[in-house]
Amino acid sequence: MRRWIEGDPPLSQITDDVARPLNASPGKGWCACFAAALTALAVGIGCVWYQITTGIGVWGLNKTVGWGFDITNFVFWVGIGHAGTLISAILLLLRQQWRTSINRSAEAMTIFAVMCAGMFPLIHMGRPWLAFYVLPYPNSRGPLWVNFRSPLLWDVFALNTYLTISLVFWYVGMIPDFATLRDRASAGVKKSIYGILSLGWNGSHRTWSRYETLSMILAGLATPLVISVHSIVSMDFATSILPGWHTTIFPPYFVAGAVYSGFGMVMTLLILTRTLMHLEKYITHRHLDAMAKVMLLTGSIVGLSYGTELYVAWLSGNPYEQAVFYGRATGPYAWCFWTMVACNALAPQVLWSRRVRSNISALFVLSILVNVGMWLERFVIIVTSLHRSYLPSSWVMYRPTMIEVGTLIGSFGLFFTCFLLFIRLLPMIAIWEVKTGASAEPHEVVRHA
Amino acid sequence: MSQIFHRSANTIARVSIFGAVFFIAGLLLVFGEVSRSPWMTEAHVAREQPIQFSHERHVAGNGIDCRYCHTSVEESSFAGIPPTKTCMNCHSQIFANSPYLEPVRDSFRTGRSIQWTRVHDLPDFVYFNHSIHVHKGIGCTTCHGQVDRMPLMWQESSLQMEWCIDCHRNPERYVRPRDAVFRVDYVPPANQLEIGTQLVADYQIQKLTSCSTCHR
Repeated sequence: MRRWIEGDPPLSQITDDVARPLNASPGKGWCACFAAALTALAVGIGCVWYQITTGIGVWGLNKTVGWGFDITNFVFWVGIGHAGTLISAILLLLRQQWRTSINRSAEAMTIFAVMCAGMFPLIHMGRPWLAFYVLPYPNSRGPLWVNFRSPLLWDVFALNTYLTISLVFWYVGMIPDFATLRDRASAGVKKSIYGILSLGWNGSHRTWSRYETLSMILAGLATPLVISVHSIVSMDFATSILPGWHTTIFPPYFVAGAVYSGFGMVMTLLILTRTLMHLEKYITHRHLDAMAKVMLLTGSIVGLSYGTELYVAWLSGNPYEQAVFYGRATGPYAWCFWTMVACNALAPQVLWSRRVRSNISALFVLSILVNVGMWLERFVIIVTSLHRSYLPSSWVMYRPTMIEVGTLIGSFGLFFTCFLLFIRLLPMIAIWEVKTGASAEPHEVVRHA
Repeated sequence: MSQIFHRSANTIARVSIFGAVFFIAGLLLVFGEVSRSPWMTEAHVAREQPIQFSHERHVAGNGIDCRYCHTSVEESSFAGIPPTKTCMNCHSQIFANSPYLEPVRDSFRTGRSIQWTRVHDLPDFVYFNHSIHVHKGIGCTTCHGQVDRMPLMWQESSLQMEWCIDCHRNPERYVRPRDAVFRVDYVPPANQLEIGTQLVADYQIQKLTSCSTCHR
């Protein structure tokens, strides 16, 4: 079997390397990043506070464009989360060994991204304090139930299920690592915390056997979730009657875009963390190369979808449909559309070259471009379809206010605050899984840790 | 290696799993009860008024018909609170010097309205029409309780939407003949469902439960 980590570190070395940041005090780089993330988070909290206490009118939305930055950011963050589950679940089902070094941080990214995403449906409500009305619970209003025909309600279920399953999967994956850390910690608070978190893990054959079964079952459950959650998000648009939204291609196209943008984000994060946390041995060029290939695949699917949409608009003979796509390419938001095409459809094509895939700086720039492009994709889909639709008398422009921009910055602040805490407090590489790819092959001499 | 968890952890694990189930179930139950309790709805709480007006005295004691004071109940959406003039019809002669009734006489002299405290106060996003209910055979006591036995007025029902909806879904359980609407001593007969079903048909009662019926 092809080895995915560099060198041939003894098993104890792997534990040492991964556990090092958990025992050392944070460096200057981490502190600076954390301060920046907290500042961004504070900006976001301030903006959301102002918006909720003053009213949704502080955003740049108007009567024609009712969804702008809010839902753009929502779909963007949900999309980011999907790569995490793809890496941890789908690649597990496909028995891909290269996922072992990156799955933990990818799952963490999923959870934090879904948290950021979950914020937007709440705060974009006019009356967020009545948000609990979306839950179907017996009440003194008749009972008054929710309407199960709205994709916005499916979003509630999709997102909550997704967050729950992701959290469980993430936690279950960490149990053996918590046990390792528990056994390495000297008696004290740290040992107690790891002891409770590891739930009495003893690493017996029976435990491992059941553990593997559970992991596969959870992966099997999470895989249809990845597909369905973002499909449901896409149905917020696809089930509408708006030209530019009412399209049957949206569910798979959104999922491909989600994996594409998610891998972009994983790439950004891993390139940074492998350098900052000195984990180059575990997150190697080959991992980045494999991720780049997935990005190339999904980026090409996204590009194909753009082409399909344009072709179908032409083929449909529907003047409204054609007008929307003509408007995207030539209208007031044309710069968004062309940047999106450049970032999403054209830029990943350079990944055909092995030289680009092995160039970390190029991959880093590309991964940023992917996320800019995918953010713009959601913006273009939402805003250009809304601002010019059936009635020309309702044509308007949408200009986001500083409050919306501040909320977007705040969501990045929340994401990076969580992620930076994660890399200091939890094992960011699955120690036990990496060891399965190291020297633990049955036909080799097993080194004892 | 020593045992990771003490034996007592087994008990903690079991209790926490079962406990969590019961705790959550109990919490839901408590929320349900609290949201329907008089603490939330103020049902059955007698309200202080500027004048301690007794429905018991006027209805049960004197046998005055509901419509003598609440004149608009058959024609208007609003049943109305009687003006001072209605009080003075009798009280210019009866208990004419009682200090108890000084606020009424004062209101009559100065023309300033008596500031009654409203007991049945629906939110303004609910459109309620008294006349249609009276016209379709819903008696006063069905909603307002035995007003003839209330020394001080209180709200008999929760006025929550589920209370409204229950009757709108099953009017046959509550409807009575039109000529008995204002009878405070009316008791639903044993065959209420039979009679009710007939009355629903006779009065052409629609089971209106769409939003626009009330939330206009």
